[in-house]
Amino acid sequence: MNLRKYLKVYKKFLHTSLASELEYKTNILVDLITAILSLVGSIFLLSIFFQNSGYIGGWKFEQALIIQAIYTILNGITNTWFNPNLTEIVKHIREGTLDFVLLKPIDSQFFISLKKINPSGFLEIMLGFLLLFFCIKINQINLNLSFLTLSLITISCSICILYSLWFFISTTTIWFVKTWNAIEVLRSFLYIGRFPLSSFSFSLRIFFSVFIPIAFITTIPSEVFLGLSVFWKILLEIIVATIFLINSRKFWLFALRFYSSASS
Amino acid sequence: MLQNIIDVKNLSKSFDISSKEPGLKGTIKHFFRRQKKSLKVIKDISFEIKEGEIVGFLGANGAGKTTILKMLCGLIYPSEGSILVSGYLPFSRKENFLKNITLIMGQKQQLIWDLPPIESFYLNASIYDIDKFEAKKRIKKLSEMLEIDEELFIPVRKLSLGQRMKSELLAALIHEPNILFLDEPTLGLDINAQRNLRKFLQKYNKETNATICLTSHYMKDITSLCKRVICVHEGAISYDGKLDLLLKKLSPVKEILIVCRSEEDAIKLGNSGFTVKNKIKNEITIKIENNSITSSLKTILNNFDIEDLFINEPPIDEVIGKVLIKKDYDI
Repeated sequence: MNLRKYLKVYKKFLHTSLASELEYKTNILVDLITAILSLVGSIFLLSIFFQNSGYIGGWKFEQALIIQAIYTILNGITNTWFNPNLTEIVKHIREGTLDFVLLKPIDSQFFISLKKINPSGFLEIMLGFLLLFFCIKINQINLNLSFLTLSLITISCSICILYSLWFFISTTTIWFVKTWNAIEVLRSFLYIGRFPLSSFSFSLRIFFSVFIPIAFITTIPSEVFLGLSVFWKILLEIIVATIFLINSRKFWLFALRFYSSASS
Repeated sequence: MLQNIIDVKNLSKSFDISSKEPGLKGTIKHFFRRQKKSLKVIKDISFEIKEGEIVGFLGANGAGKTTILKMLCGLIYPSEGSILVSGYLPFSRKENFLKNITLIMGQKQQLIWDLPPIESFYLNASIYDIDKFEAKKRIKKLSEMLEIDEELFIPVRKLSLGQRMKSELLAALIHEPNILFLDEPTLGLDINAQRNLRKFLQKYNKETNATICLTSHYMKDITSLCKRVICVHEGAISYDGKLDLLLKKLSPVKEILIVCRSEEDAIKLGNSGFTVKNKIKNEITIKIENNSITSSLKTILNNFDIEDLFINEPPIDEVIGKVLIKKDYDI
């Protein structure tokens, strides 16, 4: 893979999609307001849960806020990259314009995963980081090198898992054509990620760890922030992220063999 | 001797399709249990195309022309048989193969809808690893050939269909491919836009010696661009050869309208052994076989007092229309 070429193409992707989005100023403004209101609403909801007892699943409100911060960052990444690109796959397949993507001398997964960005998602990412810094302060977390490395690794793994889940569902469009509902189901599952895994019943914990690994996405990085992490959990998250990423790639290449293109 | 750039042998393609009975009952049945059957859309076809050739694929809707084109450019995996395009197996979609070909579809677009076409051109240039200076040079050259200028800086959504199609062509040709697959490129364009597009394709073929495979329902596209046609009927090739030979075969006679000096001359001409189609006063229309036109006209001009005459070619659409419904042409 020619890295220089891919960086150059990505720069063009950024430029064209920003220019496209900036054509509709009001839409961006509405998205920005939605992101702020969504975060305020989520924190308010969380505070209600903690009103009666100071703890949920062994987590204090200040600690649970870290999960909310990581969820906000990941949701921002979803809204910036995954949502505009991966929902576009459905359109490409239904309208047959995936033909143009497949005939370009560039990796098709790279193209359809990164071609578009939604700039309003950046605000959500920034808000998430602001909340995270606030949580670091109120929880008196010591920022040292090992902590920063571990948090970077676990958050990167969370992004990989999240991307793979979106990509898996979007890829099934090649067979089922319309999978928008499945993406909405995944979105609602992701809301679960705002709460600590230990606050759920045993069966739900298994479900969200094994079948749809939402638990890995927010809880493990949050545990790293609070110094509650254990080595095997971090290792497990790395393994799960690697397996998901490799399989999303294999699944895409497999699915392309069944792509029949839309009729003209 | 020119080399084969496309080599297709015993190619077949089957699709699984599901059928649905009409009405609510049929819909419910279809939802729970889909009746699937395998449909062979391309049936054991073989052909070769030489470098620099412009070949037209003719056939009715659903005959399989687009499926053939998509298999040639590597979008659809063939069920049986082999394809070699420029020495590559298309479906493996190797980088060098993709840099050699382009696909233009009249009914689909790759330009970024909200931005001026120039943005899509530079994006494509970066994908094909063309530096900015070279891209600028190519855009200038192609826009001159296509006669577009200001349109390059207007958002695609505000361009007319003709301007959009020209921009689509430019976006598809920026990497200077030597094989062009065109699927109904003039669809929906007005007569002038169609003519300009044909003019451009002729010029591009002449200047670059690019091979062009074209499907179109506009016969003018085929007759003005293609010397060779491949007729596809229900997934099989019914004719592969020169277009003029096919036209001669399909339309062996010409109609000649002769205006005689007097009605008596017209009657005399009608009784002299020619096949008469109709006669109105001093005007008579006769049918003459293509291979005897010169000698017949010589006889008429020498023996009758003629004021004027017109040779009518049968309408091309009518002639080609016969191809779309006939299974085999033995020429």
